[in-house]
Amino acid sequence: MGMTAIEKILAKNSGQEVVRPGDLVVVQVGTSVLYDNNFVPSIWREILKVHDPDRVVVVFDHRVPAKDIISATAQKTGRDFVKKFNIERFHDVGAKQGISHVLVADHGYALPGSVLVCGDSHTCSAGVFNCAARGTGAPDMFYAVTKGETWFRVGETIRYDFEGALKAPVSMKDVFLHIADTYGSHANQNVEFGGGALPGLSINARRTMTTMCAELSAEFATFEPDDVMLDYVRERNPAPFEAQYPDEDANYLARRTINLDEMEPLVALPDTVLENSQKVGEVAGTHIDQAFIGSCANGTLDDFAAAAAVLKGNKVASNVRLLVTPGTQNIYLEALRHGYIETLIEAGAVVTNATCGACGGGHLGVLAAGESCITASTRNFKGRMGDPDSKVFMGSPATVAASAIKGTIADPRDFVN
Amino acid sequence: MEFIGKTWKFGDNINTDLILPGRAQLFTESEQLRCVFEGNRPGWIDEVAKGDVLIGGHNFGMGSSRPAARSLRNTGLACMVAESINGLFYRNCVNWGFLALECDGISTAFEEGDEAKVSFEDFTITNSRTGDVLQSRPVPDILLNTMKAGGVLPLLEAEGLIAAAE
Repeated sequence: MGMTAIEKILAKNSGQEVVRPGDLVVVQVGTSVLYDNNFVPSIWREILKVHDPDRVVVVFDHRVPAKDIISATAQKTGRDFVKKFNIERFHDVGAKQGISHVLVADHGYALPGSVLVCGDSHTCSAGVFNCAARGTGAPDMFYAVTKGETWFRVGETIRYDFEGALKAPVSMKDVFLHIADTYGSHANQNVEFGGGALPGLSINARRTMTTMCAELSAEFATFEPDDVMLDYVRERNPAPFEAQYPDEDANYLARRTINLDEMEPLVALPDTVLENSQKVGEVAGTHIDQAFIGSCANGTLDDFAAAAAVLKGNKVASNVRLLVTPGTQNIYLEALRHGYIETLIEAGAVVTNATCGACGGGHLGVLAAGESCITASTRNFKGRMGDPDSKVFMGSPATVAASAIKGTIADPRDFVN
Repeated sequence: MEFIGKTWKFGDNINTDLILPGRAQLFTESEQLRCVFEGNRPGWIDEVAKGDVLIGGHNFGMGSSRPAARSLRNTGLACMVAESINGLFYRNCVNWGFLALECDGISTAFEEGDEAKVSFEDFTITNSRTGDVLQSRPVPDILLNTMKAGGVLPLLEAEGLIAAAE
């Protein structure tokens, strides 16, 4: 019996011929990404030895520029660590600033067939590159950085095949909400994506999907390798790699086909995305106070383009604050060059610097009790973006933009075809 | 290793923002402790006592990588037993040294306040009131030893890889 893509990656990096669901494997870590939360005083423990500084990336993203003294202290600690161990791949506040998972993609840090760990739950994002990428806790990161290895429990794999093509303004966010709504939790399972639609799906679109798989509680999310992905990595990183293709007789817990032609805009209701979405028309008219587009899942140039297409020539409703946060400063610059920033600001949006920002309720758009937000970001848990008595609906960037114009949840197809 | 304690029940999909809200992320450990379950169960933190046992539903701890398992450990809970534990949260239980088991049927076998006897030798959980004995999934030695040792930080300290706690 063959192996799925993730099983082959885990086998390769644990020095075994075969791994099976139920196994516990110890793997070599190719890339460890430390981020500002790891350096917070209540978490950080001074690292005395680094296994291999060339395998470490350091990013400040959750609260940049520092929003308060504790954030500033954490970042100072991080800078000292970078200096002490001569970490070359360092993304401080400035031109290289951005959200870790977006930077990992844009710089080709996640090599196909390798293992990547980071102390943030949306690390599964890099699974788009056929990488065993997993969010871990802070102690895990101290272990990986000092010893160069970590452990994983091997779960069963669910395979999704995408067929057909997305029709704008429907996006991968809507496809994700469809999967989360239809199939619910994937706890302790891996997710593998492939199918005939792959060549037509941008890396940004695919990465929205792998990033959001954290919300399915998936262990790993991987895409089957194809030329679009392999060329994308090669253009950014000259290092050699061995992509891992699933075997033809791989054993999947289930195989499901998603016809992209049939997708339509969905909105997740507050508190969870699992079995909790409705067609946008069914919640249209729901009051909102804030609209947010950003995060590791939806802060890409594609997302700016989608928002600008809806907002062009329109104005944000007077009762709504529309906040847009790019994934990296480089995306900000690209969006500026494409004219998207001008369109957004003319419409009444506030465009912030690249950071996790409002997604985690940390800064740059925190909700008060009783307020409602529609977000194109990662997570809509109770209290996620502020007060526990605030509400977070989730939709695509186009749906969020349309809702900002109307002042209530709205269908993006009313604005673009 | 065996614990006998009073149980507190929580449902399915208890997420990390409930266990440890985002607003507490920059707080000290003791400040974080005060915020545990403030959104879904305000006041619980004053009721839970050392040695109590948390009974969870499916996918306990879904969500973020934040040190929510450390906060639960700091409440004085002896351990937790859930129907299933989210993969990331499970890692954090192991690595922060919070003893945790997964056991089918646990949430229906207990009513809140029942006394539980939890064995980390044979991985059984006994309800003192009903006499029911449930068998949880065994924990691999490598992970159990880390949990019992208080997580990976003491191990890394002992190897001289990280500095001792201040």
